[in-house]
Parts: sequence; structure tokens; C-alpha cells
Amino acid sequence: MKRLLILGGGTAGTIMANKMRKDLSRDEWDITIVDQYKTHYYQPGFLFIPFGMYKKQDVVKPKGDFFPTGTKVIYSKIDRIEGEKNQVLLDNGVAVKYDYLIIATGAKIAPEETPGLKENLWHKSIYDFYTIEGATALSSYFKTWKGGHLVINIAELPYKCPVAPLEFAFFADAFFTERGMRDKVKITYTTPLSGAFTKPRASQMLGGLMDEKNIEVIPEFYVERIDNEKKEIISYGDEAIPFDCLVSIPTNMGDSMIERSGLAEDLNFVATDKNTLQSKAFDNVFVIGDATNLPTSKAGSVAHFEADVLHENLIAAIEGRPFTASFDGHANCYIETGFGKGTLIDFNYDTEPLPGSFPFPGLGPFGLLKESRMNHYGKLLFRWIYWHILIKGREMPISSQMTMAGKKF
Amino acid sequence: MTQVTIATLQIDLNEERYLTDSSQWNEEVAAEFAKEEGIELTEKHFEVLNFLRQKHEEGVDITIRKVGKSGIVDIKGFYALFPKKPLKKSSRIAGIPKPTSCV
Ligand SMILES: Cc1cc2nc3c(=O)[nH]c(=O)nc-3n(C[C@H](O)[C@H](O)[C@H](O)COP(=O)(O)OP(=O)(O)OC[C@H]3O[C@@H](n4cnc5c(N)ncnc54)[C@H](O)[C@@H]3O)c2cc1C
Repeated sequence: MKRLLILGGGTAGTIMANKMRKDLSRDEWDITIVDQYKTHYYQPGFLFIPFGMYKKQDVVKPKGDFFPTGTKVIYSKIDRIEGEKNQVLLDNGVAVKYDYLIIATGAKIAPEETPGLKENLWHKSIYDFYTIEGATALSSYFKTWKGGHLVINIAELPYKCPVAPLEFAFFADAFFTERGMRDKVKITYTTPLSGAFTKPRASQMLGGLMDEKNIEVIPEFYVERIDNEKKEIISYGDEAIPFDCLVSIPTNMGDSMIERSGLAEDLNFVATDKNTLQSKAFDNVFVIGDATNLPTSKAGSVAHFEADVLHENLIAAIEGRPFTASFDGHANCYIETGFGKGTLIDFNYDTEPLPGSFPFPGLGPFGLLKESRMNHYGKLLFRWIYWHILIKGREMPISSQMTMAGKKF
Repeated sequence: MTQVTIATLQIDLNEERYLTDSSQWNEEVAAEFAKEEGIELTEKHFEVLNFLRQKHEEGVDITIRKVGKSGIVDIKGFYALFPKKPLKKSSRIAGIPKPTSCV
């Protein structure tokens, strides 16, 4: 028996298990997936929880429901990869051998990287919404909050779902407006980027929306520490901003397992070939999803597009053929803008988000870089698609390669 | 693109006044760019500039965090050398392209 081992049963690992099980004969190939937790979280849903739009039960399902039959599942923490020995050590010291390995261990927040962030005020007046605990704690807090200065901060780049903090700001504006207390809430958005977003056209469009909604953007703000006594967030440039409620997107990092395996680039992300998705260290090790160090967004949509490429290349490797698929950095993100509207961006390594229509040129139904109700429905629909099509590795009517059709210059 | 002459050297700049060809860089160019930013270059500055140029040549994406871990300066020190926008300023003075932030 040959062995394919998948580390991480989140978005990317689950997609890959489903795709590979269809192609690899059960008589010849053993597929094993390892994850520390039994619960699959629909992370894009975390954004909706602080505003009471989703509850915890809307974003959780058992991981096991999504793994294909004929895969072995091990629920255990992974200690390290021993690439030279083609094996992975689990927390209890057991070694699992592999012929091919897929690393899909994702990224998670590391608030301890910023002094003062995870201290007295953590989950009292400083919150994150990148974990289920943070999102639900913030939801309770907002229910009785009387208003004040709401500061949103992005601590470090890169972070997963780069549009989520903007969506959070738009939702906060709508939420406090609908509760008749927007005049009591000042919203400030602090970011290390040079504007609301990175890519020029999208940054301009989203920056315009921030203005319209009276959300102050402070760019080039790189947080050094939080003063818990004075309730201030302080930057390396010595700017101090007082807050009543701080919503932080803490530093995102790959799992410490990557570091223990000697595969870590900066922030424990794995050095990965940006086109083939092969790890730079070992020919039989591939990387997908948030765990890579690729210069594109860390997003579920990206993991989905990467999966098409990795699927094809892994089969090629197994059959001893040269790689035939090349990843172009394709990302596609719905952005909630509040009050039942949304926008959409579609881009890759080389092409910034452009206006137009998606996925069908001229028809849409979704509009790129413009606000519409349809785009908001697209995002809501995404949850259904995620559970029923995306992580099951089924075909979607969207090409993994970005297309210029429907885009306007 | 504009062409300007610094001392005896002709160099090509883009609209944000970054060098379009990093091989046109030398210490004179650095000093001139630094002057425009109101910075007087010391040996420490040059250590950082050389680090940035080396990383650029290796094709590594540079971040403020990585400079802070270089062993040359910590992040606080980096801000002290190149105030307010350290990575953008130092990249320009080092003659390498404006850093693109990947998110
Ligand atoms: C608030 C928020 C909003 C988002 N919104 C969107 C959106 O609108 N659209 C979009 O496309 N994406 C969105 N995303 C991003 C998306 O959720 C992620 O990019 C995607 O889940 C990445 O998949 P992954 O498989 O790489 O990582 P994950 O799905 O995080 O899976 C990693 C798995 O590895 C396991 N693991 C890690 N280390 C170990 C270890 N040592 N031992 C055992 N198991 C381990 C973990 O338990 C986990 O199950 C959002 C994310 C957040 C947080």
C-alpha cells in the first residue's frame, strides 16, 4: 500500500481528501488525515457573530461529516514532520509514514506577539473575531455596550481573509446605526497598510466607502503595544490612540509544528513554490491553504483554487510525469458593506481587482468593485456552497485560473 | 518615468521617485534620496540599506518585521533611523522598488 498523508482537516485538507480519494484506488492507496479537533468551523461566519446575525450553531459541524469514506482519520495533535524520514510524529510519539504529504495546517492568531494585547483587558474590552471564543464574547459585549471609541487594528501582515476587518467596520457602522446609537460610537480603523486596502483600485473604492460611512482610517499604523491602564493602543511611530473597545486582528501565524519541523519561513509559514505548490524543502511534500507563504490572500476561495492545481500536480507526481498545472494566485472575495449590500473582488498575483461583472461577462449576476444587493446574497450563499460543494471537492462553475473576461480597465 | 542627474550620474525614477533600475544605485544616490527625506545617513543606515538590497537580490519579500529580526536594528530602531514610514523610505533610499504589502 502507498500512503498519502494530509495534515490538517480544515478547509484545504478536507477538499484535498475528497479530490484525491476519487482518483486514487482504494486497493493501492491509503489516505490518512490528521487533525487535533473534531469540529469544523466555517470561519467566514465568525464575522457575522458579533452582530447577532449568526450564532455559534450556524458555523459548526463535525469534521467527520466531510471526510470521504475510505479515509483514515486520526484525531491528534501533530508534533512534527521528519521530512528526511518521510514520517510525521504525533503528539504521543507515534510515527506515521508517508509517500506523499500535504501540509494544510492553516494559520491562527497569535495575540501574545503584541505586548499588552492578551492581558487584563482581553475579552473584556479588547476582542478578536478570528476565533469562535472571541466572536461570541464580542457579541455579548455589543449587546449592552453604551458606545464610545471603537478602534479596529490590524497588527501584522499577512492575515487571513484580508477584507474581513473592513467588513467588520462596515457591519459595525450599520449595526450601531440600526440601534439608533451611531452618534455615540466613533469608529477608527488602524492599519499598517498605506490605505484601506492594498491593491490601488480596490483601496480607492473601499476607502471611499469608509469615508461615506464616517469611519476614520489611520494608515501606516504599526502597533507596538497596548497600554492596559490608559486603554491606549501605541504604534512604533509613537502615536497613541485611546479606545473604549479595541477589536484586534492579532498577528497571524502558521502552527508551531511547522517551526519544530524546520520548515518555517517567517511567522511559521511554509516556503512553497508559488506555481506548483510543492514545498521548497522536499519533493514529496506539498502545501496548500493558509499554511503557505505565497504572496496571495489567505482565504477559503484561494484554498479552493489551489486545490484544483494541487490535485492535478500530485497525480502527475504520483504517475512520474512533469507538473502540468500552475497556480496563478487567484483570489475571489465577497465583501459585506453593510445594510444588505456587498461588493466583490477577483484578482491574482499579477492583476489587481478591476471593475466588471462575474462570473459571466456582461451578465454577472455579481458586480466587481461595485456595491449591490446581489453581492450580499452571494456572500450568504457562500456558506451553503462551502458546506455542500466546496469542502466536498465538487466542481464549481468558477475556473481556478483568473479570467480577464468581464473585467474593465 | 523621469530622468534626473545626481552629481555626475543620470538615473531613472518612477512617478513616486523610486529608482526603476536598482543597478543605478550608489552611495551618492542614497545620500541624495536621504536628503529629500530629511535624513542624514550614518553607518547604521547603510547597514540597513545593504541588508535590504541583499534581500531584494535574493527575491525575498521584505517586511518591517523581517528588518526587526535582521540583527541590525530592532523595529523601534528602524523607525528611529527612517521615521514614520521606515520600509518605504529605506527601500527608496536603497534603490529598490517600493515594497508591495501582501495581504
Ligand atoms: C473571520 C474570518 C472570516 C473569513 N472570511 C472568509 C471569506 O469570506 N471568504 C473566504 O474565502 N475565506 C474567508 N476566511 C478564510 C478561510 O476561513 C481560511 O482561509 C480557510 O479556512 C483556510 O483553510 P486551511 O485549510 O488552510 O486552514 P484551516 O481551515 O484553518 O484548517 C487548518 C486545520 O489544521 C489543524 N491543525 C493545525 N495545526 C495542527 C497540529 N499541530 N496538529 C493537528 N492539527 C492541526 C487545525 O485544527 C485546523 O483544523 C475567513 C477567515 C476568518 C477567520
